[in-house]
Amino acid sequence: MIQADLNIILPEILLAVYAMLGLLAAVYTGKDKLAGLLTWTTAVVMVLLAALIGLSGQGTNVAFGGMFHDDAFARFAKVTILLSAAAVLVMSQDYMSRKNMLRFEYPVLLSLAAVGMMMMVSAGDLMSLYMGLELQSLALYVVAAIRRDSVKSTEAGLKYFVLGALSSGLLLYGASLVYGYAGTTLFSGIIEAASGGHASLGLLFGLVFVISGLAFKVSAVPFHMWTPDVYEGSPTPVTAFFATAPKMAAMGLFARVLHDAFGGVTADWSQVIALLSVLSMFVGAVAAIGQRDIKRLMAYSSIAHMGYALMGLAAGTAFGVQALLIYMVIYVTMNVGTFAFILSMEKDGAPVTDLNALNMYSKSEPGKALAMLVLLFSLAGVPPMLGFFGKFYVVKAAYDAGLAWLAVLGVIASVIGAFYYLRIVYYMYFGSEAEPLDKTRSPVLWGFLMASAAVMVLGIFNMFGIEGIAEAAAATLVN
Amino acid sequence: MIGLEHYLTVAGALFVIGIFGLFLNRKNVIILLMSIELMLLAVNINLVAFSSYLGDLVGQVFTLFVLTVAAAEAAIGLAILVCFFRNRGTIDVEDVNVMKG
Repeated sequence: MIQADLNIILPEILLAVYAMLGLLAAVYTGKDKLAGLLTWTTAVVMVLLAALIGLSGQGTNVAFGGMFHDDAFARFAKVTILLSAAAVLVMSQDYMSRKNMLRFEYPVLLSLAAVGMMMMVSAGDLMSLYMGLELQSLALYVVAAIRRDSVKSTEAGLKYFVLGALSSGLLLYGASLVYGYAGTTLFSGIIEAASGGHASLGLLFGLVFVISGLAFKVSAVPFHMWTPDVYEGSPTPVTAFFATAPKMAAMGLFARVLHDAFGGVTADWSQVIALLSVLSMFVGAVAAIGQRDIKRLMAYSSIAHMGYALMGLAAGTAFGVQALLIYMVIYVTMNVGTFAFILSMEKDGAPVTDLNALNMYSKSEPGKALAMLVLLFSLAGVPPMLGFFGKFYVVKAAYDAGLAWLAVLGVIASVIGAFYYLRIVYYMYFGSEAEPLDKTRSPVLWGFLMASAAVMVLGIFNMFGIEGIAEAAAATLVN
Repeated sequence: MIGLEHYLTVAGALFVIGIFGLFLNRKNVIILLMSIELMLLAVNINLVAFSSYLGDLVGQVFTLFVLTVAAAEAAIGLAILVCFFRNRGTIDVEDVNVMKG
């Protein structure tokens, strides 16, 4: 019995044990000497675990009396989380060791956060949901403040902590109400209490609190206020991490809770999610126009992208979840590439985040400027790039579910949003003359940038087959 | 006779006080930490009240988890606050403003 359960959560156990061993090894060998090596091994371990989960996992396995689900949906999200975390780790290693700020705690905290995220997407109970979410959040609060001699970084950590704790509180209050009115914390029990399109008022109250807590984590408007500050203040590699894996995990958890626990009352939450989605898309698109700092700009961009992902969720159908998964994978890939570019922006050895620094970038580095152009077009959703297909899927899902108004608003918001992406392209190709940025010396960042841009172009043929995998994953969640 | 609704009212009131403390407080970051703690305690009262009402132990197990996590959360919050104080020399909420947002 327990043996079978432990087998199901083997990847999580392995990663957690690895994190603790890494911590021990680093402390015994004298602090940061091992930091570089540890970062690389962590990335390798994550890739191996992703391969283990992706290749060996089969069917739907339930552990610990329904508290932990290992199904196609969880595996899809876990592989995305682990691979993006590994990519960010490799990029960070390069950047942080050049800046002399690589600490051995960094890879350890990131692996613990990854354990939390894997827990989140597999949660089958309000308790495992909460524990996973907190494990992820607690690790991320510390990571945001990892440059403890910098005012900005510690301020980012503080803001993230206070607002993150508030959101956990909201989520938990909702969870307590759901427990009280459903009589159980298991998702399988909650869905019985809230079936047939009817749920008691207390249960709906709890649902709204849970949704607002989760909306904080995915930074959906009106719960987005922490995002720009945390993105700007954290060290850039940490920002890159925030923009990728945790977003996938929070979206996975969102879909999991709404469909596994509240799948019987789709009509009740669909309107709320649709509202969050519209607000996020528009606030993300409009507020980004005034930003001069590329990290802040990416924060608003991620708010807008979360709006599109939520559109797939608002549809409340299996196709909607499939669209959400495809959208998130494309989003994560684009962001890895974009942040590889931002990490390589330097002038006289110091990092630059001002948009003006990109003026006439195409002259000094035509190859990277072209790759960035592809990524920006893809982020904006311009047709030939993969980003367009992500948007196409979510819009179609919303339209098919009878939310035509949502689909139309989504298209309008994406046109507004295209402005600030294309403005960067304008600076790079037609801007005023300016002192060029440093030529990069990092093959790793260059590799990620080019690979991500290549995926955006080559993916349009068959999306590397993720369509079918996402469909199978969505089918296990929605029935 | 004190029934379930009384407990829920107390918990609801505590939770709202916690949220208000978080948003209205302009003075000190420590008060923010206290408000967060108050919110989590309100949740605990809720959980225990429901647990006793339903005659189901799960709520109390949940409470134990929440207590543990709340302790870890407070530790991390204070640690970040100490780092912030070293850099900035103040913990006034109004001074957490290097970045505008």
